[in-house]
Amino acid sequence: MRTILFLIQKEFLQIRRNKQMLPIIFFVPIVQLLVLVFAANFEVKLVYVTLVDYDKSSSSRSLVDKFASTGRFKFVSDYNSEKLAFQEIDKNIAKMALIIPRGFERNISRSEFPEIQIILNAVDGAAAGIIQNYAAQIIYDYNKELVKSMRLIQTQPTISTITVKERYWYNPELNFKFYMVPGILVVLVTIIGMFLTSMNIVKEKEMGTIEQLNVTPIKKYQFITGKLVPFWIIAMFDLALGLFLGKVLFHIPIVGNIFLIFGLASIYLIVALSFALFVSTVTETQQQAMFISWFFVVIFILMSGLFTPIESMPHWAQIVTLFNPISHFIEIMRRVILKGAGFFDVLQQVWILTVYGMVMLILSVWRYRKVSS
Amino acid sequence: MYTFIQFVKKEFLHIFRDYRTLLVLFGMPPVQLLIFGYAVRTEVNDANIAIYDRSKDYISCEISQKLLSSQYFKLTNYISNESEIEAGFRQGKYKVVVCFAPEFSKQLERTGNADVQFLIDASDPNISNLLYGYISSIIADYQNTKINKLSKAGWMVTPQIKMLYNPEMKSVYMFVPGLLALILMLVSALMTSIAITKEKETGTMEVLLVSPLKPSIIIIGKVIPYTLLALLNAFSVLALGVYVFGVPFKGSFILLLFETLIYLGTALSLGIMISTFAKTQQVALMVSLAGLLLPTTLLSGFIFPTENMPLPLQFISNFIPAKWYLIITRNIMLKGLGFSYIRNETLILISMMVFFLIVSMKKFKIRLD
Amino acid sequence: MISDKKVIKVENLTKRFGSFIAVNDISFEVGEGEIFGFLGANGAGKTTAIKMLTGLLLPSSGEATVAGFDAFRQSEKIKKNIGYMSQRFSLYEDLTIAENIRLYGGIYGLSNKHIKEQTNILLTKMKLIDYKNSLIASLPLGWRQKLAFAVAMFHDPKIVFLDEPTGGVDPITRRQFWDMIYEAVSEGKTIFVTTHYMDEAEYCDRVSIMVDGKIAAIDTPSKLKQQFNVKSINDVFVRLARPNMALNQ
Repeated sequence: MRTILFLIQKEFLQIRRNKQMLPIIFFVPIVQLLVLVFAANFEVKLVYVTLVDYDKSSSSRSLVDKFASTGRFKFVSDYNSEKLAFQEIDKNIAKMALIIPRGFERNISRSEFPEIQIILNAVDGAAAGIIQNYAAQIIYDYNKELVKSMRLIQTQPTISTITVKERYWYNPELNFKFYMVPGILVVLVTIIGMFLTSMNIVKEKEMGTIEQLNVTPIKKYQFITGKLVPFWIIAMFDLALGLFLGKVLFHIPIVGNIFLIFGLASIYLIVALSFALFVSTVTETQQQAMFISWFFVVIFILMSGLFTPIESMPHWAQIVTLFNPISHFIEIMRRVILKGAGFFDVLQQVWILTVYGMVMLILSVWRYRKVSS
Repeated sequence: MYTFIQFVKKEFLHIFRDYRTLLVLFGMPPVQLLIFGYAVRTEVNDANIAIYDRSKDYISCEISQKLLSSQYFKLTNYISNESEIEAGFRQGKYKVVVCFAPEFSKQLERTGNADVQFLIDASDPNISNLLYGYISSIIADYQNTKINKLSKAGWMVTPQIKMLYNPEMKSVYMFVPGLLALILMLVSALMTSIAITKEKETGTMEVLLVSPLKPSIIIIGKVIPYTLLALLNAFSVLALGVYVFGVPFKGSFILLLFETLIYLGTALSLGIMISTFAKTQQVALMVSLAGLLLPTTLLSGFIFPTENMPLPLQFISNFIPAKWYLIITRNIMLKGLGFSYIRNETLILISMMVFFLIVSMKKFKIRLD
Repeated sequence: MISDKKVIKVENLTKRFGSFIAVNDISFEVGEGEIFGFLGANGAGKTTAIKMLTGLLLPSSGEATVAGFDAFRQSEKIKKNIGYMSQRFSLYEDLTIAENIRLYGGIYGLSNKHIKEQTNILLTKMKLIDYKNSLIASLPLGWRQKLAFAVAMFHDPKIVFLDEPTGGVDPITRRQFWDMIYEAVSEGKTIFVTTHYMDEAEYCDRVSIMVDGKIAAIDTPSKLKQQFNVKSINDVFVRLARPNMALNQ
């Protein structure tokens, strides 16, 4: 135990002396959190629309008004030909074209199947899907109003309506930042922790200092623990700092138990850092360690459910994500922070992380060689 | 010329000897493409829902059936008691709970109006928004066609929706150009800056500088192998994207090649500039990582559209070369547009390259003096 | 005082890396309190041999015991009883002198009080007490080497392995270095030292000369000179290492 304390003290001294490392550890994650929370956003706030209204009737105008009044659509131009409207989309000035054909109003009143055309730039398929959804809702509302007015005119008694009453739980204002901050925080803490750790042992190999340690009677588990704990403390600190900033700057509601969050974070970080230590024991240069960590971190992040839902992935990919520590911890963080999940609600993730952590720790202790062959 | 070729040969040997780095460099792009192509879906399918039906009459059952038969929803369980609802949300079992009040269809028949309640897990606002959209259109459809027999209602406005350039809204279409930009940046800027600082750190740069080769020739010699690697890598991604994932290539290949070379030049001169500042490999590494890779992935429009970002970030994104290259490749590949549509973007990239080169030359001269 | 007790026993020790044989079937013994010099050109296999004896490298075949422990199976027990100074400087440059000593003292399980006292005594003796809190990176090479030796000795090991301790060091510092070695021996320690400075061989009780992974000669310096009928160990070495060159002379 005392030996481990000496090693931990040594790591902290070295980190403190490294003038370039300190800002990377404490300043960069904060800046990234601030930038990322604003950048990583699938919300489509404002859609620039070019309008081609051949009908120019009160009905077409009221439809256009309906679009504009939501505040999500902004009409930037108004043409008399589709060709010009298409050019606007080609030039990326407008994302959508709304085309109302001649006879729109007449078709409504005569019940002759009025149609409108919506042209979307779908290069970004996700955004296009969201815009399509917005548009569909507006048209749905428009139709509902038509029904009402028709009831008045025709006094049709048979019309009955099913009203959809939606209630948004856990995030009633639909604030996207509430959802992203816990996830992004996990990613940032993981990146910092994993990169520092994976480059650490390999740096001692490159510098030759590891030989002096290997010739002492130090136990392998002592060495690995001494390497793990300092970065574990740093990562925990970064996590706490990030949560604090999330609370203060973005008003993230922390519904769950804060001690549960840190308790589970401590298990998760053992997984992430011992993974990095394992990388460090199998590589020869810092450059290699960096690239290999990068390789895994990128895959872990892409498949973590941070940006895209895991349920939408094909079955095989969902199985792969079982081996992705980041996805389990993001899930835990979101559930505990936003929904107030308790320990037993996330038991499955806790189990996976615990087993994962033990395996990675054992692997890195085993792979660290005091005696080369 | 002969010494120059020997020099380039030596650089290639350096690269090939470190097979692990090489493996990552060449292995990462296809793996990423596979993930983007097969695993990552931005659209929502098979969202889990639970049904809390206190009515169990024919309309509530029909509505449930209608929801479940769509591609968007998948049933996890029927709920029999209100107190179960919360736990399921906390355990992440489902995203939506459909609640029918008792005597749902009687109510509808008697008063002409009945409420169906949807409890949506809104911790992810985007998904919950999408799900709500799906739900309301399914219900509206049911109401009109089944209850009011209004399928032939001629007065209803129906939108015809046309998805330009990417009719199936596949995310791979977005990601192939993005990966091209990222790989070219990674291999050329990051690797060049590290390779040059490594020579500085180990002192071998001095040996080269006292040799009869001019400094500019030395830099060119160091840069050539990475240029070739980057191009090779980029084209393998392009081929994989087009032939395996069916991403269209509508425009001119020659134009794309030309633009790619310009972007590559910008990335390389950025790498050279970083190496004139950085003293050690680790600094070069961290600067490249924090200053190049993250902005290239996050602020370029690769994954997140820049239009939605707050103004300060939109402003910053203008200084990221990848943003302009992305617009160029999407215009050429997906839209099939010609040079006149991308002239401005090309000019921006060229001026960035000139700027980086001037700064590095200034910096280099100062040190030699 | 060299006693009859042998603290290092090596028999037919061999190390292969693939088809390359770095150490080829060497045998020797080192007595307690002895200064044993391990001579040879660069690449002769000295460092490989020392790494096998210190438990850093697993031997391919043969037998070796150090401080009574087997180099194959008990390398961790060996490590408790030895000190080692690597050929590559291996103290932490971004730690101070005192911090480096404290780290290794702590790893070997010395008490805080003992570490503190011994550090002051040691640094005063080495005239480095004023630099106690200086970073290693700021010290000249000679000082660093002396410090590395001091760190290797700090936990009072029975046997100390020194791999080219005086490489690149000026003659005066080299002289001081050997004073430190003599002092250690007077305290009853055994010194196993590799070098390619042949004049240093004269300071050893016994030397072995390695050529191409084999021990070409082993004896006291004076006997070796006698045997080859030359004036210095350098000449002995030239005879053994480059027989053709020697003949031409």
